[in-house]
Amino acid sequence: MNTAVKELGELVGREYKEGFVTDIEAETLPPGLDESVIRFLSAKKSEPDFILEWRLEAFRRWQEMDKPEWAHVHHDPIDFQAISYYSAPKRDEDRPKSLDEVDPKLIETYNKLGIPLEEQKALAGVAVDAVFDSVSVTTTFKDKLAEAGVIFCPLSEAMANHPELVREYLGSVVPASDNFYAGLNSAVFTEGSFVYVPKGVRCPMELSTYFRINALNTGQFERTLIIADEGSYVSYLEGCTAPMRDENQLHAAVVELVAMKDAQIKYSTVQNWYPGDEEGRGGIYNFVTKRGACRGDNAKISWTQVETGSAITWKYPSVLLEGNHSTGEFYSVALTNNCQQADTGTKMVHIGEHTSSTIISKGISAGRGQNAYRGLVKVLKGAKGARNYSQCDSLLMGDRCGAHTFPYIEVKNPSATIEHEASTSKIGEDQLFYCRQRGLSEEDAVSMIVNGFCKEVFRELPMEFAVEAQKLLGISLEGAVG
Amino acid sequence: MSAAESHAAPYIEAQQAQASALPAVGVAALDHSRSEALQLLGERGLPTQRDEDWKYTSIKAITRTRFTPAAPSVECSKEMVDASSIENLDSWRLVFADGFYQPEHSTLDGLPEGIRLAGLGEVLKTDPDSVTKHIGSAMGEMPHGFAAMNSAFVGDGALIEIAPGVELDKPIELVFLSGCSGEGFLSLPRNLITLGTGSRASVIERHLSCAEDRTLSNALTEIILEEDASLDYCCVQDQAERTFHVGGLFARVAGSARLKATTATVGRAWVRNDARVNLDAKGAAASLDGAYLAFGRCHVDNHTHISHNAPECTSRECYKGVLGDRGHAVFHGRIVVQPDAQKTDSEQSNQNLLLSADAEIDTKPQLEIYADDVKCAHGATVGQLDEAALFYLVSRGIEREAARRMLTQAFAAEVLETIEPAALQDYLSAKVSGQLSPAAPTEAAR
Amino acid sequence: MLKISDLKVTVDGKAILNGLNLEVGPGEVHAIMGPNGSGKSTLANVIAGREGYEVTDGSVSFLENDLLEMAPEERAHEGVFLAFQYPVEIPGVANIALLKEGLNAARRHRGEKELDALDFLKLVREKLKLVEMKEEFLYRSVNEGFSGGEKKRNEIFQMAMLEPRLAVLDETDSGLDIDALKIVAGGVNALRSEDRSVILVTHYQRLLDYIVPDYVHVLAGGRIVRSGDKGLALDLEERGYGWIEAGDSATA
Repeated sequence: MNTAVKELGELVGREYKEGFVTDIEAETLPPGLDESVIRFLSAKKSEPDFILEWRLEAFRRWQEMDKPEWAHVHHDPIDFQAISYYSAPKRDEDRPKSLDEVDPKLIETYNKLGIPLEEQKALAGVAVDAVFDSVSVTTTFKDKLAEAGVIFCPLSEAMANHPELVREYLGSVVPASDNFYAGLNSAVFTEGSFVYVPKGVRCPMELSTYFRINALNTGQFERTLIIADEGSYVSYLEGCTAPMRDENQLHAAVVELVAMKDAQIKYSTVQNWYPGDEEGRGGIYNFVTKRGACRGDNAKISWTQVETGSAITWKYPSVLLEGNHSTGEFYSVALTNNCQQADTGTKMVHIGEHTSSTIISKGISAGRGQNAYRGLVKVLKGAKGARNYSQCDSLLMGDRCGAHTFPYIEVKNPSATIEHEASTSKIGEDQLFYCRQRGLSEEDAVSMIVNGFCKEVFRELPMEFAVEAQKLLGISLEGAVG
Repeated sequence: MSAAESHAAPYIEAQQAQASALPAVGVAALDHSRSEALQLLGERGLPTQRDEDWKYTSIKAITRTRFTPAAPSVECSKEMVDASSIENLDSWRLVFADGFYQPEHSTLDGLPEGIRLAGLGEVLKTDPDSVTKHIGSAMGEMPHGFAAMNSAFVGDGALIEIAPGVELDKPIELVFLSGCSGEGFLSLPRNLITLGTGSRASVIERHLSCAEDRTLSNALTEIILEEDASLDYCCVQDQAERTFHVGGLFARVAGSARLKATTATVGRAWVRNDARVNLDAKGAAASLDGAYLAFGRCHVDNHTHISHNAPECTSRECYKGVLGDRGHAVFHGRIVVQPDAQKTDSEQSNQNLLLSADAEIDTKPQLEIYADDVKCAHGATVGQLDEAALFYLVSRGIEREAARRMLTQAFAAEVLETIEPAALQDYLSAKVSGQLSPAAPTEAAR
Repeated sequence: MLKISDLKVTVDGKAILNGLNLEVGPGEVHAIMGPNGSGKSTLANVIAGREGYEVTDGSVSFLENDLLEMAPEERAHEGVFLAFQYPVEIPGVANIALLKEGLNAARRHRGEKELDALDFLKLVREKLKLVEMKEEFLYRSVNEGFSGGEKKRNEIFQMAMLEPRLAVLDETDSGLDIDALKIVAGGVNALRSEDRSVILVTHYQRLLDYIVPDYVHVLAGGRIVRSGDKGLALDLEERGYGWIEAGDSATA
């Protein structure tokens, strides 16, 4: 805690740290979207025919879909024809085989971010599949994973090498027709990660991917698919930063998780994309569909997210509890400062018997930020003995922010036990004074209290992520104090 | 024409047919508000499940029938009125048959100075200017087509006006009997309750069926409390299976005034309630509570909305439901704290007890907060009777059914116990236990 | 050490302190007694710099510096410690994290090196003994779920860690059973030294059996109306505050 607070002190008052643009000549499609763009994307990746067909079908459906209007967020209409749907580092044909071959500018980028690949490898023993714009440039620790039988590769590679797995699971949790943005993603997704953990295997390391949005006007449409076969375990970390930019950038990712019998997937996210400036100019639109299915008995899926970035966040990592005795968890910290808007939460759909779910959501609103929790707990007719516990707390800092709680509870089985609690309050003046009387500066006191408020979520994060998350919170609260 | 609009069409026609016969025709303010409501009804139509606020409530069962507005000449029998009385309840009593005031069945003896208690229709005919300014004033934005329908037909109902400083020593009881006109009729009572500065009153509004006929009751009550006024209001909904009841409660609460409103839904009807409370000035306080039973094929939907529009207001909300058979209940509680409403203190809870395999609950408590110095909390639970408590009672020799009934009643008691006077509380407790006893009829064709 | 002159304080426009004078020298222990509402806690909070108290007149100097000009944390760095009447719960923040941050902030302020983890832990263990607290308390959230007695012991423990030059104990004895009271008093006595002053704010004489003050002051109507030695506290216990107040109004 001490370290975190100290670092916060250094960081407060600094410009958005990750705000810089890497100058790499990108091969970019002109803006616009029609079938030919999709055919181009598919051909570029040498995708199997069934993927192209799937994309085209998704595109046809998407054209008939309405944009969701129900979220508690406001933005100007998005012109989907003004977006370019493909961008890749130019030297695509001769992709680097090792870090030495990676464009030095990329390495420099990661160095600026403070997460150089080399150092990360050494420090955390984490395999990194770094997505720079739309094409994977490097994948590490392949050998060790291969030894365990774990497949961890870019999705495009999986399509080529494991088409049977992709065919079986892609779109099986989030169908192309699921919602507007998932539909768009299904049509135009460019890259993402693929993970398959075979039966009985405990993945020997935490898997992580760093996503970045870079080339101008290029929306990013990642697609992640993680399959944990019977009795396996995997922990996946996703962290995101984005260069500073003046225009809004659309980001519509899809993440699908499949946990078979007795399998466990832990998915952690720290998101600090560019939130726009103090007046709300620029910033990322983050419209993400994340869903996991507990397909077998005793399966468990756990989502942990720390959302501090983006101008608008629209995100509901969900769990379909199909197997008996399966478990879903959602731990979330969402912070909105300045003009940020977040509408985030989860859906827990209880289908199997004796399924249980836990929702812990911590919202922090500062400045003019608007922060909404939206969650659905649904207990279907056959879901005997379902249990849910939800706790949604909001902390307010400043008299122009908003905190909103919209839980939906639908119960069709009488043996369900559902408990939802929510509270909203201002950051405690008494707590602040107490800390200051003990010698803490006001900024440190705020940071310490806010981190304490989020502790239940942070402790679900892997260690190195937890530290990063605490730092982010402090940076994001910049200007909210006093 | 959309389904929503076409469902509204017969009611627009009916209004147009009788518009010229409505009381106070020609009074500009009223003409205007009626035609505005009619236009809104035409535009919006009746709600469908595509409306977020009607997501869990289908009005299909209502739109299957084309209900005819009851005629002002409707009457009810003395037997019906006598059968509706609550034991030991001493009250001033206004009786309405399908929404129309029945002076001969009403008891207003010994009414003190400073109270106007009358049929709204009567007042509209004799002294319209004294009330038109209040009609619609507590409602604000029209929430849905049913409220617009009621507003287009404004003709009769109860008028309660308490002068500043007057304190009533016994409750005012409004008894609405529906089904007096027979099968397929619609009643549209509109009630107006205004309390002057520093006054105090207790109002009981009761909705009963006097027959098993299929009827629609679309009742709307507006409450205006001036500074320091205090009102205890209890709405009892105890209608028969084939009654559809759409209830509206709209209140404005001024500085330091206090409203306690409780809705007890203890019958077998299909019910949808919308309650909207505006806390308009510093120190206003509201308790909005509800107890509902959903047995048989009952559908009970409570939508509430409390808006904190000023600093230092307090709200408490507690809704408790017991669901059995194929009962379906919906709760949607919305609390909004407006930007200047600092020092708001608000708590909301919704608890549901599911007693049967086919019962269903959809609950949606929600907080929208635009101020920072606030203390707000809400909670919702869905569960069963506590097995440990049940076992404890059974092990003391209490029969299982009786033990279940005791615990269920204890669950509902949190809301019922706050209701006054005692005679009403006893009456409601008896109603609840009647519904819970195995002898109660469970299923019938709707 | 501390010099308060003609201090006038209002809260929400209501006058609470009406020209209070008090001088506390190094190493002295002063007890401030008085009936409820006499302004005892106000005095403690004004010294610590809590918001919501408006100083309308007078001055407070601490080691020749103007205390009223300083932010609460600066006062803490200078060596002012307030043991709260109602210690605040801070969920999720470990006791030890708060202490380490507070202690090192003060050390930085004094131009001293920050304590490393090992030295800090050594110090912590030593001070824990003073108030007979278990180490597990360190890792629990600040005051969360603590009993009344545990909270008060935690305050004394923090005081021992931060080694203030002036400690203000606001009703630290309230809500304590006799055993806890002895522990708390033992902790305070162990910290008495020639360069550390203490102000005990209390309603009852009982605490003064265990922490013997050099001076006793009676606060009434926002002013110190009588000062004396420990004997004054005993008189008060016997005759009640009414005795002072009656005497006060008679002389006024």
